[in-house]
Amino acid sequence: MNQLNSIFAGVGSTVQLLLRAAAHVPSLPRQRARFFEQCYLIGYTTLPIVAILMFSVGAVLALQSGYAMAEYGAKDFIGSLVGLSMARELGPMMVAILVAGRVGSAIAAELASMKVYQEVDALETMDISPARILVLPRLAAILFMMPVLVMIANLVGWFGGAIVSRFVGMISISSDEYFAALRGSVKIHDVADGLAKGEVFGFVVVLVCCNIGLNTRGGPREIGASVTRAVVVSLVMILVLDYFVTKLLLATST
Amino acid sequence: MICAPPESGRTDTAPAVAVGIEDLCKNFGSLAVLKHVTFDVKPGEIFVLMGPSGSGKSVLLRHIVGLEAPTSGRVVVGGLDATDEQTREKVRMGLVFQAGALFNSLSVYDNLALYPREHHIGGEAEIRQKVHHALQILSLENAAAKLPSELSGGMRKRVAIARALVMEPQLLLYDEPTSELDPVMAATISEIIASVKAQYKVTSLVVSHDRDLALNISDRVGILFNGELISVGPPADLRHPANPVVADFLNPRIDIEHPRFKKLEAS
Repeated sequence: MNQLNSIFAGVGSTVQLLLRAAAHVPSLPRQRARFFEQCYLIGYTTLPIVAILMFSVGAVLALQSGYAMAEYGAKDFIGSLVGLSMARELGPMMVAILVAGRVGSAIAAELASMKVYQEVDALETMDISPARILVLPRLAAILFMMPVLVMIANLVGWFGGAIVSRFVGMISISSDEYFAALRGSVKIHDVADGLAKGEVFGFVVVLVCCNIGLNTRGGPREIGASVTRAVVVSLVMILVLDYFVTKLLLATST
Repeated sequence: MICAPPESGRTDTAPAVAVGIEDLCKNFGSLAVLKHVTFDVKPGEIFVLMGPSGSGKSVLLRHIVGLEAPTSGRVVVGGLDATDEQTREKVRMGLVFQAGALFNSLSVYDNLALYPREHHIGGEAEIRQKVHHALQILSLENAAAKLPSELSGGMRKRVAIARALVMEPQLLLYDEPTSELDPVMAATISEIIASVKAQYKVTSLVVSHDRDLALNISDRVGILFNGELISVGPPADLRHPANPVVADFLNPRIDIEHPRFKKLEAS
């Protein structure tokens, strides 16, 4: 019962935080500097790990499917399979998980320590809304950077698949054939669906991590606990949302 | 109770405000931290609130700035209820936190400049002038470019006071401004509090257990004991307090023959 209560309390405070941040959207142009700083931290510094992970996901996907499909002579479909699963599912999903682990944890830790060391209280007594200067720039930055990250993830993943398909003897289909199959089956709306999913995941992850950080009470131990909680809740949210957003997108596209 | 009219605009000549604490009670769970506390602070005076650690002094301050809501009773700042979010917009309040609560990712200069920048008070040149003036008062000019983590404890306290001054507050609240400081630095901070009051005509409420500060710069002193206000009066009264609890708190005698902790064990 207590846990149920705390879940409802968490949802409630997250929605409240969102509304408070939304009320300050007109102040965004004045907060350009903070917005660009967050874009740099959220987007640019996450790029290398996104590239490494997605290359290997693409490569392994091609290897595994190639191994299975070669027996049935269906190697031509590897491009379609890698292309579609990257664009529709793995791109946004993997980027969201990386964002939760890399960006979400950092946000939760920073805001939690600001809260514990009374910096957030100081902002409030100065009549400066924490939602405005701490939360809003981060939400705006993730909305701006998430499509970029997901698109790069897709491209790198496709490329990883192409390299494996070309150079692994068991598969050995040329890059032309691979990308022809990919282009044949991946449509603009598949990519768009993936970007939309990424946008939802990223936004929710950042919002949840901000809220958990700002609701921290206690000392150093609680900061650690908040970071763990932020990452766990983010991952669960990604998994739950993945199903429902996918269902919604499929329903609207047919 | 005297209450100044609420300020609507942020002008540089905004008058000092009065603070009224009316029958304030605060419970954390089953623990009563403040019990029916009533007093008022007149505009422009220095009111020092003393009391042993854990007597509820800091919690009281947090009520005045609206960071805590009363369980019962009311806190009125400049005629407005402190729990109302608009009070913070209408009355400029500066709280000097015990640990400073400086923004650790910003330099000392940016810490001070944050308030005017966020509230669009003046251009960058005007802000620079204000910030340097505040730094000068607290002899911190050389620390402007430093990060809070590079400062000593005394400097952090002074930066926290400087940051409150830049707000040109109508009400300044100090939470233990002289704790953890050496005697000279503590005296310096007391002098700063007194001269800030003279210069800015601000209402000051100081929470402290520094007897010298209370006796030398306060207009009135209140003593909070276990969440109850047991005495309010001019500092002269404290030289010969009638209440034995107050007397022992202000002039604790170190008695090696009959130590206090032994008495506690016996009872």
